[in-house]
Amino acid sequence: MYYSWGRYPKVSQKSSPIFWRGDSIPIIKGVSLIPHGLGRSYGDICLNDGNYIIPTRALNHFIDFNPENGRLTCEAGVSLAEIIALAVPHGWFLPVTPGTKFVTVGGAIANDVHGKNHHIAGTFGNHVLDFELLRSNGERFNCSLESNPDLFKAAIGGMGLTGLITKASIQLIPIQNNLIQTETIKFKNLDAFFELSATYGKKYAYTVAWIDSMASGKSLGRGHFIAGKHAGEEFGNNLQAPPEKAIPVPIDFPEFVLNNLSIKAFNLLYYNKQLKKRSSGSTDFNTFFYPLDSIMDWNKVYGKRGMLQYQCLVPYEDREVIRSILKTISDSGQGSFLAVMKIMGDIPSPGMISFSGPGITLALDFPVTKKVFSLFLTLDKIVRAAGGRLYSAKDACMSADDFKAYYPAWKEFEKYIDPKFSSSFWRRVTGEVKS
Amino acid sequence: MSKVCIIGATSAIAQETAKLYAGRKDSLFIVGRDDARLTAIAEDLKIRGAASVNQYALDLTDISRHEDMIDTAWSTLSGIDIVLIAHGVLGQQDVCEKDYSEAARVFDANFASAASLLTILANRFEVQKSGTIAVISSVAGDRGRKSNYIYGASKAAKSTFLDGLRGRLQKSGVQVLTIKPGFVDTPMTKEFKKGLLWAKPEGIAGGIVKAIDKKKDIAYLPFFWYWIMFIIRHIPEKIFKKLSI
Repeated sequence: MYYSWGRYPKVSQKSSPIFWRGDSIPIIKGVSLIPHGLGRSYGDICLNDGNYIIPTRALNHFIDFNPENGRLTCEAGVSLAEIIALAVPHGWFLPVTPGTKFVTVGGAIANDVHGKNHHIAGTFGNHVLDFELLRSNGERFNCSLESNPDLFKAAIGGMGLTGLITKASIQLIPIQNNLIQTETIKFKNLDAFFELSATYGKKYAYTVAWIDSMASGKSLGRGHFIAGKHAGEEFGNNLQAPPEKAIPVPIDFPEFVLNNLSIKAFNLLYYNKQLKKRSSGSTDFNTFFYPLDSIMDWNKVYGKRGMLQYQCLVPYEDREVIRSILKTISDSGQGSFLAVMKIMGDIPSPGMISFSGPGITLALDFPVTKKVFSLFLTLDKIVRAAGGRLYSAKDACMSADDFKAYYPAWKEFEKYIDPKFSSSFWRRVTGEVKS
Repeated sequence: MSKVCIIGATSAIAQETAKLYAGRKDSLFIVGRDDARLTAIAEDLKIRGAASVNQYALDLTDISRHEDMIDTAWSTLSGIDIVLIAHGVLGQQDVCEKDYSEAARVFDANFASAASLLTILANRFEVQKSGTIAVISSVAGDRGRKSNYIYGASKAAKSTFLDGLRGRLQKSGVQVLTIKPGFVDTPMTKEFKKGLLWAKPEGIAGGIVKAIDKKKDIAYLPFFWYWIMFIIRHIPEKIFKKLSI
């Protein structure tokens, strides 16, 4: 019943849900627990093989919303979709949003998620004013930069290990209407991407690039650069939520549907869908931020085997690093259906072992196959040698050795873990079990 | 704008239903046992758009307080357009089989308390000559099964009561809706292993609001339970008694 989004690894676990924020942690004797919201992290960070998860979705009450100043307090099981539905008609939007709105506030904090505006806004954790952390011994800590700052920093990006976040306050940002003013530029190679990021990063709050991961040679790193910003008053003042069209994927696709040929064809078609070099316009925020939310359960397209995501962050000063990563992927012949790249900014996250930081981040999805694991090992070597790291929320593969090198603060972080909490991910990356 | 009274408001299905009415900017009066939980729900419903939310805490098996609660709801809302009765317990079948007091607890919580509320409400709605009385029963009341016949019997009594009440209030223009959910993933069923047939409370809530809007008499939720129960009701007893369901 409860999976992670990649549906890999397959685990055997039970659940012990929490229903009210005043309740204590539903401890089960002899096993560990990990909170589980909407299960949109990809690997094993929200899984707990042989143990229990704590489903948190029943904690979905709003507690306070001030439409004057955009301050929202809600329980941690509230989804970003619910916040949008509430706040947009009042002229407010999420300060930071990942590529799906089907995540909980608790999950957004625990994974310290980022979005297309990382270069100007930082991570979700940068906009959390405070939250309550409930520990398995019944203690409750009100955490903010002023109150219990150490726990605040440990729990942001703390992967649910530091206790259960029951409620949180966040600061929303004002918008004039439900539109995003966009500009899409087709670019020929990696150098062009860097130039576009530098120019458009200054003018647009949101920037991201889709990359044709199958392109090689002179076209290596080609793609579409997408820039957007909340549209101003000249675009009207319609604050209605755009219509939701959700197409279900009722069954697992057979695994032959997604193969290298179909992925290559898709990438080629997608790259050429826009004939003009440049196009501009406006679109509703659902289409801009959450294109995949319109296909429910799109992970089933990868079939029963599941999928893996590889998201790394590497320094951008040396362009050869990302070039060699892209070349390795292209040479492997294993294309990614969805490959996105973004320059992240230098606003520090409050999180102690948060993923984000200045550099270039690349995220790719692959069906689970034997060959992908060896590709990941090759990529890991490049990332580690360059002083980069992988995003824990997306990971199902990294070795304990690499994790400890990527996140040297892990040992300090460990002190804040709730003694009754653990996860499949944590046991894997600290070397308690062989990956 | 409707005036909606929700009894058993802390149940998962009731909470989701209340959210839908709050989104329509209706006025709500919520009733449940735990005052702190009612407060959390009331805050949430106000933020979601409810014109007003008032709460009343009581243990619904305490029937001596039903009159006062309904009085308060009636005067606070100045009449009730829609009342949803949603409280109930699952009980433990194995305990019920050994100890009648556990079965009596299930009958009290699921049937007797609802019958008391319905008696008071019916008389008021009959005079008002409009409105909706919606009650959550269960598909389990359609036929007794050895695995949960105590719960099933309490729900069967409820459904039968409502059938009769519907006939009585028909001429007064009052809708009496029997809601029969199948398996729903809620705190009440947290011990169950969930499979394909399980529905989310949000989905059931949408079905309830639609059935009320459409003035239905009986609503199986999700709809496919109508067909499942149609088959189950028609299995000859000679065979049915041997089935392990």
